Amino acid sequence: MSEPLIFKRYYVWQLPVRICHWVNALSILLLSITGFLIGYPVIAGSSPQSFVMGWVRFIHFVAGYALIISVISRLLWSLNDHCFSGWREYFPFLTKEGRAEILVMLKFYFFIDRKTPDAVGHNPLAVTAYVGLFLIFFGMFASGFALYAEHAPGGVMATALKPVYLLMSTQTMHLYHHIGMWLIICFVINHIYSVWLLDIKEKGGEITSIFSGYKYTTKVHVFSEGKECDENGCFIRVKK
Amino acid sequence: MSSNKSSNVSEKTEQISGKQEFSIGEILKKRGVSRRDFLKFCSAMTAAMSLPASFAPTVAQALDEVKRPTLVWLNFQDCTGDSEALLRAANPTVGELILDILSVDYHETIMAAAGHQADEALESTITKYKGKYICVVEGSISMKDGGVYGCTSGKTHLEIARRVCGSAFATIAIGTCAAYGGIAAAIPNPTGAVGVRDAVPGATIINLPGCPCNADNLTATVVHYLVFGKIPALDSHGRPLFAYGKRIHDNCERRPHFDAGQYVEIWGDEGHRKGFCLYKMGCKGPATFHNCPTQRYNEKTSWPVAAGHPCAGCSEPQFWDAMGPMYKRLPNVPGFGIEHTADKIGLGMAVGVGAAFAVHGAISALRKDKDPAEKTKED
Ligand code: HEM
Ligand code: HEM
Ligand code: SF4
Repeated sequence: MSEPLIFKRYYVWQLPVRICHWVNALSILLLSITGFLIGYPVIAGSSPQSFVMGWVRFIHFVAGYALIISVISRLLWSLNDHCFSGWREYFPFLTKEGRAEILVMLKFYFFIDRKTPDAVGHNPLAVTAYVGLFLIFFGMFASGFALYAEHAPGGVMATALKPVYLLMSTQTMHLYHHIGMWLIICFVINHIYSVWLLDIKEKGGEITSIFSGYKYTTKVHVFSEGKECDENGCFIRVKK
Repeated sequence: MSSNKSSNVSEKTEQISGKQEFSIGEILKKRGVSRRDFLKFCSAMTAAMSLPASFAPTVAQALDEVKRPTLVWLNFQDCTGDSEALLRAANPTVGELILDILSVDYHETIMAAAGHQADEALESTITKYKGKYICVVEGSISMKDGGVYGCTSGKTHLEIARRVCGSAFATIAIGTCAAYGGIAAAIPNPTGAVGVRDAVPGATIINLPGCPCNADNLTATVVHYLVFGKIPALDSHGRPLFAYGKRIHDNCERRPHFDAGQYVEIWGDEGHRKGFCLYKMGCKGPATFHNCPTQRYNEKTSWPVAAGHPCAGCSEPQFWDAMGPMYKRLPNVPGFGIEHTADKIGLGMAVGVGAAFAVHGAISALRKDKDPAEKTKED
C-alpha cells in the first residue's frame, strides 16, 4: 500500500435526486413532530382565540403535500436512463450481481467478513430499505389523505379515496398512520447510522455525496445493472 | 293554504298509501294543533333536512295535502331505546305529530292489539299495502343457526324481516342495531347479529344509526318522503346525507378549543368545567358522521359532547368494536395487551433500533475492517 491511491470522482446524485432527498427529509421531520403533537397535544393555547392545534395541523398538511409531490417527482425521475438514479437500481435482488452485492453487504453488517463494500451508486441493501420506505410512504399518503378528506365527504378527494374508506375504519386509519410514523422513525435511525458508518468505512465521501452529488472510489470500473458507467453516471458499454 | 290544486306529490303519495283518509293538515286541525305550531314544525323539519329556509312553505303545502302513510314498526334484538327516544319527544305537539300523523299501524311495544290479533294486523297491513307501506325496523337480526336466537310469535326475526321489509316501499333501519347489528353484533357476536341491509339484501333501506337514533332524523326522513315522494340521498353506509353528511368534529361547539389546543386532561379538571375539547378523553367526534351538534337530542336540548362526555361514535358501523376503547383516542394494537398503545410500542421499537445500532457502532469502531482500496488491486 505504498503506491498512492487514485480516487476517481463519480457524479452519482443528480440535482433532482438531492432536492427530493432533502425535501423528503425536511417534511418527514416536520410531519413526525406535528404528527406526534396531533396524537399527543401538549402545547396549549392561552385563549380559545389562539390557533395552536390549527397551525400544527396546517403544517402537517402542507408538509404532507410537499412529501407526496417530492416522492412522486422522484419516482418519475427514476424513469430516466441514469446509472445511479434509474428505477432498476432499486431492485438489486432481481439480478444475480445484485444479490451477490447484497450478500457482501450483509456479511459486512453482521461482522462475518472484514471486506468493506464499495458501492459507488446506491448501497444495494439500503436501496431495499428505500423500497420498503416508499411503500410505507404510500400507506401514509392513503391514510393521511383519507383522514384529511373527511372534512368534505363527497368531495373530489374523498371520492377518489373511496377504496381506502372501504378497506378500513377511520380509527384503523389513525392507528396505522401512527404505526407508520414509528416505522419511518426506525428507518431514519437506521439510515443515518448506516450512512455515517459507510462514510467512515468506505472512504467514498458518503455523507457529503447527498449534498454535492459526488462520491469517490478507487475502483477501476464501476458497474450498474451489469453495465459500465462513466464519471457522469452514463452507461458506456455493456459488460461482456 | 288551499288544497284544491292537487300537487303531483300528493297524488303520488295517495297512490302509495292507497288510503282515502284525511290529509295530514286536516288531521292536525282536528287535533287542535294551531297553524302557527304546524308552520314551526315545518320550518324545523326543513332545517333538519338541510334544506334552505325558503323550502318551508313547500314542506307545509305538501304536508297539508298529502295523505298519511302506512307505517309498520318491527322490534327485533334491541333495547327499545329508539321507540323510547321517539315516545319521549319532549314537545307534546311534535310528539303527537310523529305518533299519530305518521300512524304507526303496527308497533309491538305501543299497539293495543296483542297475540294473534297483532299478527293479523301486521299480515293484513302488508298484504293490503304491498309495496306501498314504510317499514321501520328497530334492533338487529340474528342470522346464526337459522336465526333461532330471535323469534316473535314463533317466527324468526330473519323470516319476518325478509317478508315485511321485502315487500315494503322502503325500510328505515332505526338505531345502530338495525343499521349495522350494533351492540348485539359486537365481538364475539354470539347470535350472528347483523343489520337489516345484510339480512334482507336487495330491499330499499335507509339507515338511521345512532344509539338511540335522534327522533328528529326519523321524522325528517318520513317528511322528506312525504314531500318529495322518494327517499333522501344516502351516503355509502345508506345514511341520509342531510343527517349524516358532516363530521361531528367539524360542527362541534367545542371545536374552537380543539383548534386552540385547549383540552380536558382529567375528568372534572378546570378545562372540563370550562367546556374545553374532549379530544384527549377519547372523543370519537373526528371519526363520526352525524348531525348531533346541530340537531341535538330531545328537542334540541343537548347531546353528549355538550354534556361533557366524549362522543362514543355510536352511529358508525361496528362502533362497539371499532370505536373502542371509549376513553382512548386510538384503538388498541391487535395482539398486544390493553395497556400497550401504538406509541408505547413505537417508542420501544425506536429505542430498540437505536440501541442495536449503538452497539453495532461500538463494535464497528473497534473492529479493523479491510479498506475497500485494498480490494481494488484484485479487480
Ligand atoms: C428524515 C430523514 C431522511 C429520510 C426520509 C431519507 C431518505 C432517503 C432516501 C429515500 C434515500 C434514497 C435516495 C434516492 O434514491 O432518491 C436516501 C439516500 C441518502 N440519504 Fe437520506 N434520508 C433522510 C435523512 C438523511 C440524512 C440526515 C442524511 C445525512 C446524514 C442522509 C444521507 C443520505 C445519503 C448519503 C443517501 C445516499 C445513500 C445511498 O443510497 O447509498 N439522509 N435517503
Ligand atoms: C409520511 C409521514 C407522516 C407522518 C410521520 C405522519 C404522522 C402523523 C401522526 C403521528 C398523526 C397522529 C395520528 C393520530 O393520533 O390520530 C397524524 C395525523 C394526521 N395526518 Fe399524518 N403523517 C404523515 C403523512 C401525512 C400525509 C401525507 C397526510 C396528508 C395530508 C397526513 C394527514 C394527517 C391527518 C389528516 C391526520 C389527522 C389529523 C387530525 O385528526 O386532526 N399525514 N399524522
Ligand atoms: S369535543 Fe370531540 S368532536 Fe368536539 S371538537 Fe373536541 S374532539 Fe372534536
